[in-house]
Amino acid sequence: MSDDDDIISKMIVLHSTFTLPSDLVIKIYESKADVTVKETCFGLIVEGRRSEVNRIASEIRNLDPNRIFIKERGVPPGSSNRCRASQGGGAKPGFHQHEIEFALLPYVTEALDEIEKGEMPEIKDVTPPHLTIEKFKDIIEKEVKESE
Amino acid sequence: MVKVFIYPSNSLILSDLVDRFGHEPLAMMQEIGKKIRTAGLDSPPINITPEDPKLGLKYAAVEVPAGVRGRMSLLGPLLEEAEAGIIVREPDISFGCMGCARTNELINFLVRAKKVPLLEMDYPKTEDEAKAFVHKIREFLDGLSGAQSGKGDE
Repeated sequence: MSDDDDIISKMIVLHSTFTLPSDLVIKIYESKADVTVKETCFGLIVEGRRSEVNRIASEIRNLDPNRIFIKERGVPPGSSNRCRASQGGGAKPGFHQHEIEFALLPYVTEALDEIEKGEMPEIKDVTPPHLTIEKFKDIIEKEVKESE
Repeated sequence: MVKVFIYPSNSLILSDLVDRFGHEPLAMMQEIGKKIRTAGLDSPPINITPEDPKLGLKYAAVEVPAGVRGRMSLLGPLLEEAEAGIIVREPDISFGCMGCARTNELINFLVRAKKVPLLEMDYPKTEDEAKAFVHKIREFLDGLSGAQSGKGDE
């Protein structure tokens, strides 16, 4: 499915107090990769051939591994179908997802730091919030017995 | 490398963690990208064409709304490829391309019915929950790598 010559876009979301999107852009220019880069408020959008974009993404991630988050993006950077300037304002599709996840990124960073240091806190099993089949069967059996 | 289906399918955190721990995330963005970059009369803004609800018939009956079937034409191929899944239960945010409750229910059902290794969690609300969220995902993904290498040894 993944052809190396496919054109893809990746979002690089930065949540760091000491790395700026401009630092990442300079790093990409240095690598002389054949990609299009757009600097944004959250980080960067990189577009190009899959192999190039993946290589750039892993190089960028290595700069600050626990504070740089990357995902693929469907639409190209500056697409008039997504840009608010040509869509009459308002939030872009996908903004709300990022808005809510952005608040969690510092905690994700802390957890990744813990993993890097080899600290593994005890994870408590979460009980299912819904009625499970087993529990439902128990209730039925109990009710049937009581009615008899 | 295992192909991991993620839900919500446009999640940055899930997509990043799956990729970071050495697997391939199966997300909506890939399918949207293919649609947008395939040249044709129906290039954006009309991303979903009348053909798509017909493709969605593979996953939902004809009386199911076209919106569900259209979405399934994007998510269905991902589900078919999935070798594992990470599902976040009832996420607060289901906007944009994730905004159809019935499609979301159908996707959750189909992932469970596929009987692949599955991790189900709630979206974290506190710092501790967020850390546990990441550790659980890491444990699950490491387990997938272990299972895959074990399979290769046989």
